[in-house]
Amino acid sequence: MGTAPKTAAPAAGRAATKKELPEHFKAYKHVWVFIEQERGQVHPVSWELMGAGRKLADKLKVDLAAVVIGPDGEATRSAAAESFCYGADLVYMVADNLLADYRNESYTKALTDVVNTYKPEILLLGATTLGRDLAGSVATTLLTGLTADCTELDVDADGSLAATRPTFGGSLLCTIYTLNYRPQMATVRPRVMPMPERVVRPVGRIVSHPLGLVEDDIVTKVLSFLPDRDSAKSNLAYADVVVAGGLGLGSPENFQLVRQLATVLGAEYGCSRPLVQKGWVTSDRQIGQTGKTIRPKLYIAAGISGAIQHRVGVEGADLIVAINTDRNAPIFDFAHMGIVADAIRLLPALTAAFRARLSPHSRDRIAS
Amino acid sequence: MHIVVCIKQVPDSAQIRVHPVTNTIMRQGVPTIINPYDLFALEAALELRDQFGGEVTVLTMGPPSAEDSLRKTLTFGADRAVLLTDRFFAGADTLATTYALATAIRKISTEFGAPDLVFTGKQTIDGDTAQVGPGIAKRLGLLQLTYVAKISALDLQARTIDAERRSEGGVQLLRTRLPCLVTMLEATNQIRRGAMADALRAARAPVVKWSAQDAGVEDISKCGLRGSPTIVKRVFAPAARSEKAALIEPGEQPAEALIDAIFKRQPTLETELAALARGY
Repeated sequence: MGTAPKTAAPAAGRAATKKELPEHFKAYKHVWVFIEQERGQVHPVSWELMGAGRKLADKLKVDLAAVVIGPDGEATRSAAAESFCYGADLVYMVADNLLADYRNESYTKALTDVVNTYKPEILLLGATTLGRDLAGSVATTLLTGLTADCTELDVDADGSLAATRPTFGGSLLCTIYTLNYRPQMATVRPRVMPMPERVVRPVGRIVSHPLGLVEDDIVTKVLSFLPDRDSAKSNLAYADVVVAGGLGLGSPENFQLVRQLATVLGAEYGCSRPLVQKGWVTSDRQIGQTGKTIRPKLYIAAGISGAIQHRVGVEGADLIVAINTDRNAPIFDFAHMGIVADAIRLLPALTAAFRARLSPHSRDRIAS
Repeated sequence: MHIVVCIKQVPDSAQIRVHPVTNTIMRQGVPTIINPYDLFALEAALELRDQFGGEVTVLTMGPPSAEDSLRKTLTFGADRAVLLTDRFFAGADTLATTYALATAIRKISTEFGAPDLVFTGKQTIDGDTAQVGPGIAKRLGLLQLTYVAKISALDLQARTIDAERRSEGGVQLLRTRLPCLVTMLEATNQIRRGAMADALRAARAPVVKWSAQDAGVEDISKCGLRGSPTIVKRVFAPAARSEKAALIEPGEQPAEALIDAIFKRQPTLETELAALARGY
């Protein structure tokens, strides 16, 4: 992310508490990524984290391991095999049919046991509903530090994990260290890290670890699972094209101008935080630090001023196009391209022009 | 039934300003509010109390001024408010925070009765970590239900709770045992206005104030800055991109001008967009 520090503020007082790493933590080595799978599907954030984890492991000259936890069957085995294609040197696997559904108790036990047995120095998880539920329990059980929703991960000169995340509602960034405890844990939200290239590689070393539970040990029971209706699902985080609107639209009715352009482009639509707070748009459409992070090929921001908390959610886009009446709006500081114009008037014109340009008829004309 | 609700007083983050020269946060004059996510937890707790009887105790850790937020929860109808305030708690990260809150909940348990349920919001708007709820549950040995959209059943005789939990791609209907910690999802209810009688009571009601010692903290080194495994090493504002946005001259046909500029910069986009648009 292109967010190098402008002027680093002096180290906070806590930095002064730095001590030598306690002896019993020195055995903790290697970088681990928790591979999240639910109902047979690996969440893409896990592969994104493998990409980030590979870089950390290479810098530290240690191994990258994937931790695959799930039911004893094809899905879990294939997640383990797939981990090698995303850069794993080895896989730790806990496969047990009691792990068919995510439950905090069983997954916390599985992950905590593997950590205590094989001792990683860094453990990364996706900041999904599952990952956050699990990470908080595991970190508290291990009594170690956990940095949530990181936007940048790096290794310091002394080998410590430097985890950078937005703070104060996204108005500043801070870099957090877990100095005297291991593992150093961090979560990263989907789409914050780029998806690494998948390279076909043979299955390598898989270390199996037992769960050591029977069903009666697990208090919580899954009574049923109701999948979301397709119409309710938004693919905002993983869309190739996104159109979003902000307060510059002036009224909730004008938000349809954003939806219309999105439809013509085959895009997903989104919004900035104030629109959710005002109740104009539902929260699953919010883009930014507390909403979705996006990495589309094209992002059109209409009437969005560009607060830092929005910025951190869109900086991974290949091309950011800003439409705003205020030429001093912060969005022009990180957009690649902009136009000083009223979104309410420009959006319908853009919709019409894109429709004409992208229609099959006009393509035939170009082709001939 | 006894329910403990943990809340946090937070700066109204929408109004936080960063000093342009020193990059420090200008806190002066920033109003504080109850973390908005916590109000969904409070309302859920109040509804259960109204239905099943019992008491709701609200707990917060913070500076003495956090009493304002606690008093506000009394106007909504909470029965009791506990403020955990001590300089030893300052600078706590999530692990040190859960140590303090879990200790205080144990004390609440002996003073006012063991809670059947502990509620928190799904996260705060200043920290955004969503870790404190699960951390408290782990420290107290409570079962946990996070991202709860709805409590569908509560059976105080059988000591069970059924809840709809938001997960990736769907909703899990879970049954677990009391005592249990619940983190409520946003927009699941609407905080009540509170009765006049509650407002009058809130103005006079005492807020229970505990220091670390009062709350029964045995190991002060587990609190605050000293008890935090993480340290904030650096706080900074993101730098502007070196290259400013290329501004397109609107001209006669601004939409066409913008589209031309987009396709000129990313030539492959036109065919990709055409393919995408065809899919719809």
